[in-house]
Amino acid sequence: MVKRELTNQMEEVEMSVEMGDQVLGSGTTAPARAAGVTKASRQVSDPVMDLQKVHVFYGDYEAVREVDLPIASREITAFIGPSGCGKSTLLRSFNRMNDLIPGARVEGKVLYHGVDIYGPDVDAIEVRRRVGMVFQKPNPFPKSIFDNIAYGPRVLGRSKKDMDGIVEQSLTRAALWDEVKDKLDESGMALSGGQQQRLCIARCIAVNPDIILMDEPCASLDPIATAKIEDLMRELAEDYTIVIVTHNMQQAARVADRTAFFTAEVDGQNVRHGRLVEFDLTEDIFLNPRRSTEDYISGRFG
Amino acid sequence: MTAVFTPIGDQVKQDLQDTGPPLKDRGFRWMLFAGLSVGIITLVALLVFVFLEGYPRLTPTLWQNMPSIRFPEKAGAQSAIMGSIWVIVTTAVICMPVGVMAAIYLEEYGNPTRRFDRIVEINIQNLAAVPSIVYGILGLGVIARAFALGQTVITAALTLSLLVLPVVIISSREAIRAVPQSIRAGSLALGATRWQTIWKQVLPASIPGIATGAILALSRAIGEAAPLLLLGAVTFITFNPDGLMSSYTVMPIQIYNWISQSREEFQVLAAALCILLLAILLVMNAFAIYLRNKFQRRW
Repeated sequence: MVKRELTNQMEEVEMSVEMGDQVLGSGTTAPARAAGVTKASRQVSDPVMDLQKVHVFYGDYEAVREVDLPIASREITAFIGPSGCGKSTLLRSFNRMNDLIPGARVEGKVLYHGVDIYGPDVDAIEVRRRVGMVFQKPNPFPKSIFDNIAYGPRVLGRSKKDMDGIVEQSLTRAALWDEVKDKLDESGMALSGGQQQRLCIARCIAVNPDIILMDEPCASLDPIATAKIEDLMRELAEDYTIVIVTHNMQQAARVADRTAFFTAEVDGQNVRHGRLVEFDLTEDIFLNPRRSTEDYISGRFG
Repeated sequence: MTAVFTPIGDQVKQDLQDTGPPLKDRGFRWMLFAGLSVGIITLVALLVFVFLEGYPRLTPTLWQNMPSIRFPEKAGAQSAIMGSIWVIVTTAVICMPVGVMAAIYLEEYGNPTRRFDRIVEINIQNLAAVPSIVYGILGLGVIARAFALGQTVITAALTLSLLVLPVVIISSREAIRAVPQSIRAGSLALGATRWQTIWKQVLPASIPGIATGAILALSRAIGEAAPLLLLGAVTFITFNPDGLMSSYTVMPIQIYNWISQSREEFQVLAAALCILLLAILLVMNAFAIYLRNKFQRRW
């Protein structure tokens, strides 16, 4: 029942987003929404992204082995696990960023609204326009703050007259507008690390993606900047589907609706492969973890 | 547990006493400095010698008048200066786009694991080391004769373009490589195409480095005499080039011409033109350094 209501609400939100309106609180604040999710079903119905038997290879090396994972719409899904377990690698297969690495390839199906993004007649550029990404290290372009935001809409051919509105709206949504509105023509690289990362999030929002991938977005930030990004993620989750890789389990517990736990398994030839161990609602992962997950989240390894 | 090291009285002070660098250390340092001085002394001696020799003729007649065999006191090098400008500007127009395009291909599209790309890469390095006279022979055989462009500005510019192209490619590649991958990834993740990423992110960020490399390459081209001698740059010419198909001479060749004259006055003229050429080179290099420092970016 709750799920149904949520879905309806999301459709409304989606429509208003598409019409370019600013979406202002559709009645759900972050905590209330999190409470709503608690009651949400364990099963992800109608996933935005659905991984089916996905393997990721670098040349002959199988970095990620057989992952089945649905990503629920307008929720935050966190990937946790020790270093080298393929979380980031898997994340980069969501928007075909792995294409840029020579020798990288994906087997299995990565279904985006039912379409395999690795299908023969799928344009990776079109995938990336719908599945945005925020990187571990803030990577603002060496341009003005305005041009950083306007870059995406410009390459997508949005008209010049919309640009001021898009920039203001994106920066507002990324909770950065008040800090930078008087210096939009200054370099984006002159901002602090936390501001740079919010600039990158704003840049991502500016092209209005469906999904936002975040690869350890707070790894290079201090706790205050991290808290701001986490608040921001909760707000953005009202309109966007977010997938975040994090090393910080408290972060996963704080922000994520669902959590996937990965680990590196050593096979017979002494080669490490990333595997998905457990995927569930975040509170279930943290309250009733399986054995190996428990060892990790309680700090016995990782 | 007792401390491993128990200082007694003045022992510590004595142990830590600075007795200056050991003799070997000082000797080595002087040896290295001696190596450096060979270069510096030679350069300074050269500059002083040329300046003293050519100073009397460093007058406006040098760039106002045309060369003359009979009247060294009235002779100038205007045709050579204008010829150099024509040739170098044309060279820049040809070699920069070609070099940058090649560099973009190698950096952004080339795959270092592919055999063909590796062969191309190694050969570009080799080409940079080919003596300029060899390019002169190539220019003479192919550009001047086979393409029938003759002994003209365009022949010289094409030949010099070939000569400096490897340097332009190598320095442009370095500038392009200095743009961090995270910028490309950021652009591509927004749904930009590869071409948009290169045109709107990579190139603007690497233009200062590319320009610096190109200027240094052109400053090599402006001082070249050997290939142009083969190409038949006319050693005695009393008019400025008026187009790409015009005959020409350039400053190094004018210097060569004057030096091979027997009369003392021409030696002075040659030295004066040397000063002018060195000054132009210095200005070009200084501009390259200025560009590099002004736009140097720490990522």
